Amino acid sequence: MHPLIKLVAQRIALGLILLLAVSVVIFLGVEMLPGDTAQAILGQSATAESLANLRESLGLNQSAAARYFNWLGHALQGDLGKALTNQQDIAHAIGQRLGNTLFLAACAGGIAVPLAIALGLIAARYNGRWPDKAISGVTLAMISLPEFVAAYFVIFLLTQVIPILQPVSMVFPGMSFFEKLHAVALPVIVLVMVVLAHMMRMTRAAILNVMQSAYIETAELKGLSPMQVIWRHALPNAVAPIISVVVINLAYLVVGVVVVEVVFSYNALGQYLVDHVAKRDLPVVQAVGIIFAAVYIGLNILADLIGIIANPRLRHPK
Amino acid sequence: MRIPLSALIGLVMTGLFVLSALFAPWIAPYPIDAAVGQVWEGPSQQYWLGTDTIGRDILSRLIYGGSVTIFVALVSSLLSFGMGAFFGFLAATRGGWIDTGLSRVVDLMMAVPSLIVALVVLSVLPLNLTVLILVMGVLDSTRVFRLSRAVAADIAVMDFVEAAKLRGERQGWIIFREILPNAMSPLVAEFGMRFIFAVLFISTLSFLGLGIQPPLSDWGGMVRENKDGLVYGKAAALMPALAIAVLAISVNLVADWILQRTSSLKGGRGG
Repeated sequence: MHPLIKLVAQRIALGLILLLAVSVVIFLGVEMLPGDTAQAILGQSATAESLANLRESLGLNQSAAARYFNWLGHALQGDLGKALTNQQDIAHAIGQRLGNTLFLAACAGGIAVPLAIALGLIAARYNGRWPDKAISGVTLAMISLPEFVAAYFVIFLLTQVIPILQPVSMVFPGMSFFEKLHAVALPVIVLVMVVLAHMMRMTRAAILNVMQSAYIETAELKGLSPMQVIWRHALPNAVAPIISVVVINLAYLVVGVVVVEVVFSYNALGQYLVDHVAKRDLPVVQAVGIIFAAVYIGLNILADLIGIIANPRLRHPK
Repeated sequence: MRIPLSALIGLVMTGLFVLSALFAPWIAPYPIDAAVGQVWEGPSQQYWLGTDTIGRDILSRLIYGGSVTIFVALVSSLLSFGMGAFFGFLAATRGGWIDTGLSRVVDLMMAVPSLIVALVVLSVLPLNLTVLILVMGVLDSTRVFRLSRAVAADIAVMDFVEAAKLRGERQGWIIFREILPNAMSPLVAEFGMRFIFAVLFISTLSFLGLGIQPPLSDWGGMVRENKDGLVYGKAAALMPALAIAVLAISVNLVADWILQRTSSLKGGRGG
């Protein structure tokens, strides 16, 4: 078998094992913590009898392992159980919101990735001069800001100082694509700010790393313009680290999305998770937590795979 | 030793934040919970940063809130540091199944973003200061573990460690007297990074309503309390947000300087 296919298969298998391990930890780890779901639902004033009844109906009397496999079996068939607080079907509720989250993340990623690479190239081209210093300084400041702080500065600037957008992002099923785009403009700006800085800094570092090679010197001595050197000779050789950083930052969007959705009251998965953590609705938290974890692990494995595939030495083994 | 301007600014600002947190009850012009003015007043002679959603002085609450934020972040980063460095050194010096076991556990914990893990865990545990500090400390210790394991693995193969082992020194001696002093400088810079991360983490949790609970309040919680005012053009929520940003940037400047001065080792941040 081609060694590349073998490597790819290994990574994917490793990812699946990791995901399974994470689901065990999220399910059983929560069991081991002090705290009682039945008590959490009924509150401190519950009688012993009603607690026992609720435990029975929730299946809390079975062993933890039995409940895990029971839950896993159902989850694999797309049945994530019912929410404790309102008895709604969790899979259905997630299905409605997942699309909104993906839409938001896709818009942010679609803007942030090209912008970050372009800024990184400019910073590398003018390495050490004022465009580089300006870009690096601004992005360093942006790295230090948590998402919600950046969000409120952007809200204040774009709804109060220059009132061009509204501070709440409502999307309805009937909205047209452009209405939706307009509605998510503010959260997208914030998410772009949050992931842009890291991607741009890594792009710059990857290009500068390649710029020290002998063939770059040859290209410069040949008389190519600095931008041509970067575009034709440095970028193709820096593509692997850049892509893997881009994908890892897209995975980081998973965290950013949770907070930003709460800031803008955007009805999607992150908001759903935070709401149900506050309500201590364990089945919902477990289900959404595992979805976020799966996306995160999946993107990280993708970054790994791209790194492997982009390496010609692995693609054409001797 | 010459201190660059950026690091000096960082040091002075960080010092000011720490001092105001330490002496909060003496510095704050008004009590933390007294409604002294009208709702959402603008900055004035009387209330330097204005008043909040129920008329409390923002500057006073900012000073008290700062001591909560800094205290929680400091204790949890100390905890993550102690745990991470201890297990990291242990893994590097012992090797074998201890190393493999610890590394796999850390890989597993880092496979999921800490915010998501924290949310899952906090949906079961009671929300109080001790729980928050423990959860944040344990989650963040994974990053310290990776760094200190890498640093210690380089040192553990040095001749002087070999000599100490041949002398018959105990494990504790080797970790604390041979490896730790030589691993100090990258770890100190990393401590700055961990502290910032803890500040951002506790602020984010409080902002989501899952961190510090009333009557205590930290900067993240203050943003949450005052966020509705923004729609009416009241800037109250921006004051604590600005405080978080300035503290994070100040500590960042100091940590960057220490990093550049001592070595090129950089630990992970974010996530």
